[in-house]
Amino acid sequence: MSAGTITAQPEPRPSPPASGPRRSAVESTASWRLTDRLGLAIAWVLGLLFCAVCAAIVIFLFIQGIRYIRPELLVTNPHVGFDQNETGGFLAPMIGTFLVAAIAIAIAGPVGVGVAVWLSEYGRPVGLARLVESTVEMLAGAPSVVLALFGILLFETHPLGFLSEINGGVVFGKSFFAAGAMLSLVALPLVVSTVREGLQAIPNHVREASYAVGKTKIATIRRVLLPAARPSVITGHMLGIGHVIGDTAIIVLLLGDTQTLQGVGHVPVWGTLRGTGSTLTSYIFDNAPTGDLNQPNKAYAAAFVLLAIILVLNLIVDVFGRRSKELLWS
Amino acid sequence: MELRKPPPVRRLTPASVVTPRPEGADAPTLPYGQTSNGNGSPNGAAAAPAQTSGFVSARRDVRPPVATIERMQVEDVSIAYGTKPAVKSVSLPIRQGEVLALIGPSGCGKTTLLRSLNRLTELTKTASLSGRITLDGVDIATLEPTALRRRVTMVFQQPNPFPMSVFDNIAYVLREQARRRPRRPALRAPVQDALARAGLLDEVADNLDHPALRLSGGQQQRLCIARALAAQPEVLLLDEPCSALDPQSTKVIEDLIVKLREEVAVVIVTHNLQQAHRIADNVAFMYLGELVEYGSATSLFANPRQQRTKDYVSGAFG
Amino acid sequence: MDEELLLEPVPEGLSQDQRAELGLGALVCGVVLILLAMLAFIFREAWSSFAHNGISWFGPGGNVDSQIQAIFTSGDFKRAPQFLIHAWPLVWSTILTTGAAVVISFVSSLFVAVFMVEFAPAPIKRMLEPVIRLLASVPSVIYGLVGVLVVVPFIGNHLISTSDKASVTPVIQLSGSSLLAAVAILTIMISPIMIAIFAEGLRSVPRGWLEGSLALGVNRWRTFWNIAVRTARPALVAGTVLATARALGEAVMLSMVSGSVGFAPNPADGLIFVFEPSRGLAATILHNTDELTSPPMKATLFAIAAVLLFSSAMLSLAGWAAKQPMKRYFNVGGAAA
Repeated sequence: MSAGTITAQPEPRPSPPASGPRRSAVESTASWRLTDRLGLAIAWVLGLLFCAVCAAIVIFLFIQGIRYIRPELLVTNPHVGFDQNETGGFLAPMIGTFLVAAIAIAIAGPVGVGVAVWLSEYGRPVGLARLVESTVEMLAGAPSVVLALFGILLFETHPLGFLSEINGGVVFGKSFFAAGAMLSLVALPLVVSTVREGLQAIPNHVREASYAVGKTKIATIRRVLLPAARPSVITGHMLGIGHVIGDTAIIVLLLGDTQTLQGVGHVPVWGTLRGTGSTLTSYIFDNAPTGDLNQPNKAYAAAFVLLAIILVLNLIVDVFGRRSKELLWS
Repeated sequence: MELRKPPPVRRLTPASVVTPRPEGADAPTLPYGQTSNGNGSPNGAAAAPAQTSGFVSARRDVRPPVATIERMQVEDVSIAYGTKPAVKSVSLPIRQGEVLALIGPSGCGKTTLLRSLNRLTELTKTASLSGRITLDGVDIATLEPTALRRRVTMVFQQPNPFPMSVFDNIAYVLREQARRRPRRPALRAPVQDALARAGLLDEVADNLDHPALRLSGGQQQRLCIARALAAQPEVLLLDEPCSALDPQSTKVIEDLIVKLREEVAVVIVTHNLQQAHRIADNVAFMYLGELVEYGSATSLFANPRQQRTKDYVSGAFG
Repeated sequence: MDEELLLEPVPEGLSQDQRAELGLGALVCGVVLILLAMLAFIFREAWSSFAHNGISWFGPGGNVDSQIQAIFTSGDFKRAPQFLIHAWPLVWSTILTTGAAVVISFVSSLFVAVFMVEFAPAPIKRMLEPVIRLLASVPSVIYGLVGVLVVVPFIGNHLISTSDKASVTPVIQLSGSSLLAAVAILTIMISPIMIAIFAEGLRSVPRGWLEGSLALGVNRWRTFWNIAVRTARPALVAGTVLATARALGEAVMLSMVSGSVGFAPNPADGLIFVFEPSRGLAATILHNTDELTSPPMKATLFAIAAVLLFSSAMLSLAGWAAKQPMKRYFNVGGAAA
């Protein structure tokens, strides 16, 4: 609003005494009412408390993870054993996490970008646009157990039997395909909202310039707008993947929860995807004291790896987020 | 006894700018009525500034002189942002009863000086200030900033009414100042009074709950002035208040400013020389942080002493 | 002749643009259809459970765990299917955990967001933002892990005394898995979401308004609270809705820390009631997922899913409704709408 005056001076905020020829008395809190001072005190206390709790959680997980992680855990499959030293690592769950994320983003990525493009660039009729927005919002708010139940309904039907195992006429319904498909619904709202924001941030004169040289709308979108919105597209994908690999409910209900990857049939990749397995999240779920296996040490190690992956994804999002802010539209 | 009627307003037309030549002088007439010798006009009557500055303007109306009370003193103030000096050794008086205009090209420090009067420069981390500014004799650095800012209020370049109703915008200040939160009926009178002083009451009286952001630009700016007046300040600071407004709104606000000078000391920063000439009583010309010249509006525009002032006022740079 | 050569033939059928628009439109309709299919299938499966129970589905009455057990065993085709369920303990548990977590989180997240945006010194600010983003992306199963390995034993060993346990022994066993653990961890889980959205809303308040308030002699705290927080109210609503939806649907973490008993914590027990275990709606689905083969069980679980879906839809609607009156004063160059 007061852009003229504000950009002339950076960050208008009361500050500690400015260095210089004279000390300038900063607004001391002595003149404030008691409620104001109390409010500020509460803000400080809660702010620092929050920092402390975050630090505690992060450090705790880090320490426990470091304690229990060993390189061989990353490369051996889990197997049955009597104590924690014999039960192997979590290679299969790691592969499972990767597979499930790959399927989910392979679906949610293009579909999400398509929906975002439609919402941002087309959006007619208006009623349909509002319906689509509400749909995406509902998907974002739907609990993943509900999506998992829907997945069970869908994938136990015969037409979709080819995506999982069929045993004596009964479709098993639990496979990587099933889990990945439902997880794509988890990732979809994130991709849509991020890409849509990125597209809407592109000023109109860019589109007009492209139309002015005779390009069609779809060519403009493919050749000009989407490349320009690439940081948002990548951010959206990364956010989607982040949510997908952290989900447990859909995995537990739709992935069959076998320790190692149990493929179906003899076709190489297709068979694995039709089969069951586990992911890091279900591995942690099973190895927690409340789970069937109850091996807390393995759970900590797996949690450490999972957090590391999420941290890397967050870093990528940060880098691309910053880069998109640096794009200048003169 | 019949009151003496004020002399009629003389509107300037290009032809009328040619003033009667002094006897004996056969000075050539330059296009805008300048004569080669300075010919300052006596007082605030419709001045025909036939002088070397080449400045053409018309003052809106006749203004009788008002008794002035000194409100603030700026004593040898220098302000720097980090290592860059913005204001160098400026001293000025600020009096109630007159309008002080700070003029100068962009970046000359006039806005910074204005903002130092209510210590808004402290919001910038790198700002440092030396010298003394007093309000009614008291050094403002010793006052609480919040207390100071209620006595010295400011209106900004871009109208910034809060996203509330018109009533709440004005009542905001009153509610904050009161010890106990006043009830709405108790606030009605002060709110209407502030709106009346700002010349906005007639236009919004029928619906004080109208969202402030839906007013026109000129109305929003007058609302900001009303808000600033509601605090019952002693000094009113205006930072280019009309630069974002159309000429019609500008006229209304300029009339308002002239009317207000009897109640509060008014300091206005403007880059519009004609505006300064229309409404100011005293003018301070700043250039590159220095106070180049300070004087009454008529004499500074008609007869600037400094060469730099002459150049600026005649449009040689700016 | 030359004119004829210059005229290009009008292409038959649709242009490239029209085809693209139709294609994308079809994609978008597909997404809407998937959601509608989901709603239809879930409510269809859930219908038998609601039909048999009516409104008392939500009411109290009997031990919900034994009712669920009876429903499951009745899935054997030799018997008549049993649908009787009074899910009040599950509903009450969900209301308690979600309500308490959202309320506590809202208040503290607002203060933390205000702190982070305006009053925190720069080094703390720089540290807080990535930490909050990281916490918002930590999976719920890891929260559950920390909860079950740290919080639950802590509560069980240090906070619950033997006399407390004795006082409720006939009815329920007190271990650390409790309402308190659930609310504590759920609060920490949803706070980063709220803080991030609140902070974004606070940051987008035009600086001119804040400066205008300061220039009128209002102190920093009141300026920020009266102007910025008030202006950011739509963001507050949005953040709360999102966090509540997350809390409602939380199954994994709650199943690990809140106990696996279908028990309704009883405030009449005094403060001990925070130590009582319970199980929410979403966690119940997860708990009984192996029993989906039994048709009445399937109907019951889908009924629970339908309740969850309906709640989250009502939540979105409530959020939309809450934002409407706020729009009146924000038009024309205002901040968030």
